[in-house]
Amino acid sequence: MNQSKIQELKNIAKQIRKDILEMITAAGSGHPGGSLSAADIMVALYFHKMKHNPEKPDWPDRDRFVLSKGHACPALYSCLARSGYFPVSKLKTLRKLGSCLQGHPERDRCNGIEASTGPLGQGLSFANGIALAGKLDKKDYKVYVMLGDGEVQEGNIWEAAMASSHYKLDNVIAILDHNRLQIDGEVSKVKNIEPIDEKFKAFGWHVITIDGHDFNQIIDTLEQADKIKNKPTMLIANTIKGKGVKCMENKAEWHGKAPSENELNVCLQELAQYG
Amino acid sequence: MAETKATRDGFGEALAELGSNKDIVVLDADLSESTRTHKFAQKYPERFLDMGIAEQDLVATAAGLAASGKIPFACSFAAFITGRANDQIRLNAGISKLNIKLVGSHAGLLTGEDGASHQSLEDIGLMRCIPGMTVIQPADFIEAKEATKAAAKLKGPVYLRLGRGKVPVINNENYKFELGKGATLKDGKDITIIATGALVHEALAAHEELKKQNISARIINIHTIKPIDKNIIIKAAKETKAIVTAEDHGINGGLGSIVAEILSENIPVPLERLGTNDTFGESGKPEELYKKYGFTPENIIKVVKKALKRK
Repeated sequence: MNQSKIQELKNIAKQIRKDILEMITAAGSGHPGGSLSAADIMVALYFHKMKHNPEKPDWPDRDRFVLSKGHACPALYSCLARSGYFPVSKLKTLRKLGSCLQGHPERDRCNGIEASTGPLGQGLSFANGIALAGKLDKKDYKVYVMLGDGEVQEGNIWEAAMASSHYKLDNVIAILDHNRLQIDGEVSKVKNIEPIDEKFKAFGWHVITIDGHDFNQIIDTLEQADKIKNKPTMLIANTIKGKGVKCMENKAEWHGKAPSENELNVCLQELAQYG
Repeated sequence: MAETKATRDGFGEALAELGSNKDIVVLDADLSESTRTHKFAQKYPERFLDMGIAEQDLVATAAGLAASGKIPFACSFAAFITGRANDQIRLNAGISKLNIKLVGSHAGLLTGEDGASHQSLEDIGLMRCIPGMTVIQPADFIEAKEATKAAAKLKGPVYLRLGRGKVPVINNENYKFELGKGATLKDGKDITIIATGALVHEALAAHEELKKQNISARIINIHTIKPIDKNIIIKAAKETKAIVTAEDHGINGGLGSIVAEILSENIPVPLERLGTNDTFGESGKPEELYKKYGFTPENIIKVVKKALKRK
């Protein structure tokens, strides 16, 4: 992988993280922890891997991204705005009355949002539906879907995981944002999901475990996934909740809390020193 | 005696005909013989997706297909699709307004022997509360065929409520289905019976008996429960000054509730509601259940007389 490209993605990711913090602070509510853990993967998708065109959001051949863990939408909104789907100035309207940037993503509210999500567990089924349509229409687009690790406690995920492999949906690439924390604390203590890689393997998936903050690994494995035929691919991305902001890292309390203006300043200083 | 056929059979036949439209995709949850999607499955196997016993996956997958320009029919029993997948319906058919056709067969006591868990008596209530949802319940085989075609044509989410048991065919092949319009089947001036689904036939039978007793009952078939034909109901209240509703569903949340809302907001007249009342069903033959729960012409006549006394 070209190192200048990696540096470029790192710079974008830093901007996305800054957006996330500022948006959530301006909104006075939202979910910083899981947005920050998912940011690098979403940057790799929107600014490198996916074929998409902000000028033609309905382009039938585009790759799709479904954010099943819908509460991480500040990261999605920032990626969409920085890609050119809508003006960056809109980011400050997050969660405000009349904004297209709802507290959880809604399709058709603004360009680029493929699926309404928020109630957890549904995004993988939705992605399968898009993938099945792609197979019927003989199109070669890919469907990327990001799941939370707490989210896989939902039964709907396993119904969908079974369907992805049953229908041999090699155009589905799921990424598990494995940050190990959920609202009530550590996933392993709330309701253990491990061994999560073995579970997906048993469901017929091609499973690869990666560091979800290492762009070389993210991009390499996304490219590997293109070559996997007749089965869906799962990237288990080990991540850090709150990544890039020291005071938020690995803290469940930052799952769904907005920083105050003062806290924002501290967060931005910490982010400035990151990577 | 009129020929008897199930509404699910009308749906299955129409669906197989609609299959020439390549956008139509049918999803089922291991009940394709029962929901009658198997006819489509035989004709168009590549566009039939069995999602297994997984109703949440069924509806959310249909949503992804709809978002990609397909017209998915997601089919299961009424109790399971509207109950078990309610959150998936709310998010994708409701909030996202995706073009999903939800089909619930085995609705009401007409389901018979399978018992309370399989006899959905709350599904109309659940579906009508979802903003933007169209809710249709055909009264017979022919109406079921036409309703299925109308649902496919409509852009937007639809819930189609079907029955397992055979009911008399009351319409003929020239029947013209008008979405959103109630149909006056018999005119009358003393009272109006507003019925839906299998109870339409029972209401028609009651009409004949009432005529012998010099009571002139208007019979209205409401196949489109939402958006409902308010005008036909208000006009009936104005002209006959008493209303009875009849449905194989709970009166709370069902047609009875909807008519009560319309009358109380527009033209309060005596209303009696026939349906189940805050109770579940039980095992038994459909005709036994219909007798026990009062879904018979004889009991409709009793309810009519109760309403007439309040005029």
